[in-house]
Amino acid sequence: MNLNLLILVPMLTAIGILFCKGLKQVRALSLVGALVQLALAFNLLVKYLQERAAGNNAAMLFDYKQAWFTALNINYHIGVDGISIAMILLTAFVVVAGVLVSWTMETLNREFFFLLVFLSLGAYGFFISLDLFTLFFFLELSVIPKFLLIGIWGSGKKEYSGMKLALMLMGGSALLFVGLVGLYFNTATNGGSYTFDLLEIAARKIPVHAQMIFFPFAFLGFGIFTAIFPFHTWVPDGHASAPTAASMFLAGISMKLGGYGCLRVATFLMPDGAAAYSWIIILLATIAIIYGAFATMMQTDLKYINAYSSVSHCGFVLLGIGMLTQTSVTGAVLQMVSHGLMTALFFAVIGMVYSRTHTRQVAQLGGLLKVMPFISSVFVIAGLCSLGLPGFSGFVAEMTVFMGSWQNPDPWYRFATILACASIVVTAVYILRATGQTVMGPITAAHQELGDAGWNEKMAAVLLVAGILVIGVMPFWLNDLVQPGTTLIMTKFLR
Amino acid sequence: MLNVAYIAAIPLLPLACFVVLGLFGKEYFSSSAGFLGTVALAGSAVLSLQVAWQYFFVEGKVNGIYQQLTPLKLTWLSFSPSLSIDLGIILDPISVMMIVIVSFVSLMVHIFSLWYMKGEERFATYYAFLSLFTFSMLGLVLSANLFQIYIFWELVGVSSFLLIGYYYQKPSAVAAAKKAFIVTRFADFGFLVGILVLAFYSNTLDFGTLIARLTDASSAPSQAIHTASFLGISALTWALALVFTGGAGKSAMFPLHIWLPDAMEGPTPVSALIHAATMVVAGVSLVARLFPLFSLDPAVLTLIRYTGIISACIAAIIACTQTDIKRVLAFSTMSQIGYMMFALGLSPEGGDNSLGYMGSMFHLFTHAFFKSLLFLCAGAIIHFVHSNDLRDMGGLRKLMPITHITFLVACLAIAGIPPFAGFFSKEEILMAASESNKAIYLLAPVIGGLTAFYMFRLYFSIFWSKAAVQENHHGEGNIWMKIPLLILAACSLLAGLLPFSEFITANGRPLETHINLGFSVVPVLLAVTGIALAAWLYKTANDKPAKLATSLGGFYQAAYKKFYIDELYLFITKKILFNLVGRPAAWFDRNIVDGTMNLLASTTAAISDLVKGWQSGQVQRYAIYFFGGIFTLGVIFIYLWK
Repeated sequence: MNLNLLILVPMLTAIGILFCKGLKQVRALSLVGALVQLALAFNLLVKYLQERAAGNNAAMLFDYKQAWFTALNINYHIGVDGISIAMILLTAFVVVAGVLVSWTMETLNREFFFLLVFLSLGAYGFFISLDLFTLFFFLELSVIPKFLLIGIWGSGKKEYSGMKLALMLMGGSALLFVGLVGLYFNTATNGGSYTFDLLEIAARKIPVHAQMIFFPFAFLGFGIFTAIFPFHTWVPDGHASAPTAASMFLAGISMKLGGYGCLRVATFLMPDGAAAYSWIIILLATIAIIYGAFATMMQTDLKYINAYSSVSHCGFVLLGIGMLTQTSVTGAVLQMVSHGLMTALFFAVIGMVYSRTHTRQVAQLGGLLKVMPFISSVFVIAGLCSLGLPGFSGFVAEMTVFMGSWQNPDPWYRFATILACASIVVTAVYILRATGQTVMGPITAAHQELGDAGWNEKMAAVLLVAGILVIGVMPFWLNDLVQPGTTLIMTKFLR
Repeated sequence: MLNVAYIAAIPLLPLACFVVLGLFGKEYFSSSAGFLGTVALAGSAVLSLQVAWQYFFVEGKVNGIYQQLTPLKLTWLSFSPSLSIDLGIILDPISVMMIVIVSFVSLMVHIFSLWYMKGEERFATYYAFLSLFTFSMLGLVLSANLFQIYIFWELVGVSSFLLIGYYYQKPSAVAAAKKAFIVTRFADFGFLVGILVLAFYSNTLDFGTLIARLTDASSAPSQAIHTASFLGISALTWALALVFTGGAGKSAMFPLHIWLPDAMEGPTPVSALIHAATMVVAGVSLVARLFPLFSLDPAVLTLIRYTGIISACIAAIIACTQTDIKRVLAFSTMSQIGYMMFALGLSPEGGDNSLGYMGSMFHLFTHAFFKSLLFLCAGAIIHFVHSNDLRDMGGLRKLMPITHITFLVACLAIAGIPPFAGFFSKEEILMAASESNKAIYLLAPVIGGLTAFYMFRLYFSIFWSKAAVQENHHGEGNIWMKIPLLILAACSLLAGLLPFSEFITANGRPLETHINLGFSVVPVLLAVTGIALAAWLYKTANDKPAKLATSLGGFYQAAYKKFYIDELYLFITKKILFNLVGRPAAWFDRNIVDGTMNLLASTTAAISDLVKGWQSGQVQRYAIYFFGGIFTLGVIFIYLWK
């Protein structure tokens, strides 16, 4: 399959939107574009599995290379493996759902949908890039739309939140750029020319002292995107102010860019650095998991609850990566996919509640199950997935991380694993508090007459729930999809 | 013959029912949901009985030993080549017995609910959740893999949550549902870490392989798990103690029992199924499932033994003081499970000493019948008088004849009066205690006396005591209510007569047992004394109970307040975890972590404010800088640079 299509379709959709007139045309085109992309993602999955079944063992499939800036040996180089395909599928699901929940967005609708599609373009490009410069380019492409989406269509302290998010992510990008360029200038120590090519760098030996210097830059740079402690504070404010679809994209897709980069770039290309600094990663991840969970417990705004819980859940991604065992790294990837779907669903449902009740304060809500059974059921499902109930994707991902982490025999790492396991209890506390107060209990008098979800909201929720269930009930396919990719990364650690 | 498809259908029928009712119940099955659920469950029950017949009488026994069969094993999630979660089916005496109990009691509850839940607004949802629970519980007992059991363990927990919170608009029900889930989740955290430890050393999650590897003293995994230690305690002890924590949480053992009395907020048939007969014995069946491992470790067996006896004792004392009929039954359940637990802890593996194991399983079996019967009767009574409180009841024996007789049968069974079922299973447990632990042997019959006392306190308060205030306007109930009561009463009467030791033993070999009349005299006398005392105090309305309570003073108050354990937990969670951990974490995040970020930003802004004046674009200002600079440089070069 030609991977350029994955960039071309969003690009054409975005351009087409600029020529549309009125909300109806804009949203129809956006939906068509998103659905075509979803179909492409499925097609890619099928084609990929066929290639693998036919015995194609290349690290990256369907690759395509085009010189971009020959003087610095920068190429437009794309290709996919199982990990990228998992992320692309995730992105495609979230984008369709995001378009559907924004169905009635009247304000500046053309610009809004344009930015949404543009953001997804950045994400797709990022996940298929095999050249570090291209990758960085697409990463940056997805930052600016977020700022605008929050600043223009947001609520509350939107200027502050948008600015904070953009500045912190830009700060991360700056660190990352240092890391990437540092890496680039150390690719030719054993002869050859400098290169940004991911596979070429992986085949070369980067000097250990250079890894020691540049790994932290690259890891932290990506880490900020995935809310590494203590650089996670853009998450709560950013999400709370963002419009629903932007929250979904932000938590469902953008935060995954960071995790993917931490794994694919920092860990894969600088294994000695990763091994040396793993204890710091684990320390920060464990803090994020436990402290994020306790901080969530005290939140009163639904969006803050989900944002803080995202900090805690993304901690599992970093924990899995830091533990550096095959199983834990696979778990980290599963957790990215799972968390992406689950948190997008959660933000979607919070948006549905908010658009009806005009409040996100848990204390002002109650008994919604009576008037909106569909929305409430989805709320409960998202909650149960978040607290790691079997049958939903969260369980599969978390258990793989735990099981993988325990395989690392270092006693301190074991201690971190136990603390991470303990978070399942704290998660249960905050999820059940939120569910108990919003969905259950006596209904607030003012909310007696509210209606249930519309068809677009139902479609969005069903799509995401289906994704969660397919992983949760039949995890083996995703596991098999991701395993070869993580095996490739882990070969760097078997020496 | 044992057909895998039939065995797999046992849990899958309720699952299918859950999916259908969950998705379409509201629109299409709002009145027929009960019928659909009951038929599906009847299918499961028939298949279970067929499997039990095949297993126990036709195929299961090879050379006089009941075999452990795994007719199905599908890899669900593979962590590594050797560690994977397999969805499988295990057939051995425990699992076969459990599927019969679960499907049978569940069927009774389904039938009873046809009457009890009739006209409920969320009738279909109720049956959907009931099916989900039955599926999960059947999956749990059939699990062939340590992680598979954990999966169903959690699913059982969530179905319990959903059913306790069925009356979701009642704040007390919501609180109870949350409490049940969180307390058991806390226990499951221990279970999970226990699984991780066991999996790490044995490098397998499959029950059969796990047990084979760790019980073989010469194998490398077994030596590793025995030698590895943490804080001076071996890894094996840690792992088993942690797994037991999970079991203790589900089985409401002290001090993790606090959720069970509150769980009575759920509909009463649910209490009969989940919080009396099936889910709460999951912990017992887990210990039984891993019994060969537990018997390797005397330290953990001691822990199990004392946890069991303490729970049995405390619960029995509290049960004597409660006035809510369902709470009395809840504490009674906890007490009876305490019996099963300590009986397991009594028995070292092998030979005659596995009597405790057999007694425990036997008691699990008989208890399921009479306790679910007690709860269903309680449901009928509550339905009749519209109250849970004993003080609102009395003189109901004429108005509710069927309930009266069946309740009496159940009370006699739980009190251990021959020839009712409870007598036989308790005898085996006491016999095991007499052979291995004198302290427990002395305490257990006294608890038996207490049991008889509080059960007959219920019986006399409900059916005798004062004259009935209610009028018999809508009758006792219809046929759907009476059938389950009568069937369960028959089981409570007859189940003890089964030659249980022929079938379910620790090693698959039949165990020689005999009822020793001389041995039984003392426990039965104690039980009769308890009944007589209850009759003296409660058969007619009088002020003796009140006087007795006053004379016991502080002790009565403490028992009435459940020994203040709930208050202790509230203190730890609300005061310590919320105020000393959660609140500071949230504050620290907003003010210190985020404050630092904001400080960075505001410092940047301040510096920019400071320097932006330098680029003002005013020629005069630039001229001043220019000449000031020349002047300064001039001074430096002419005077200072020597």
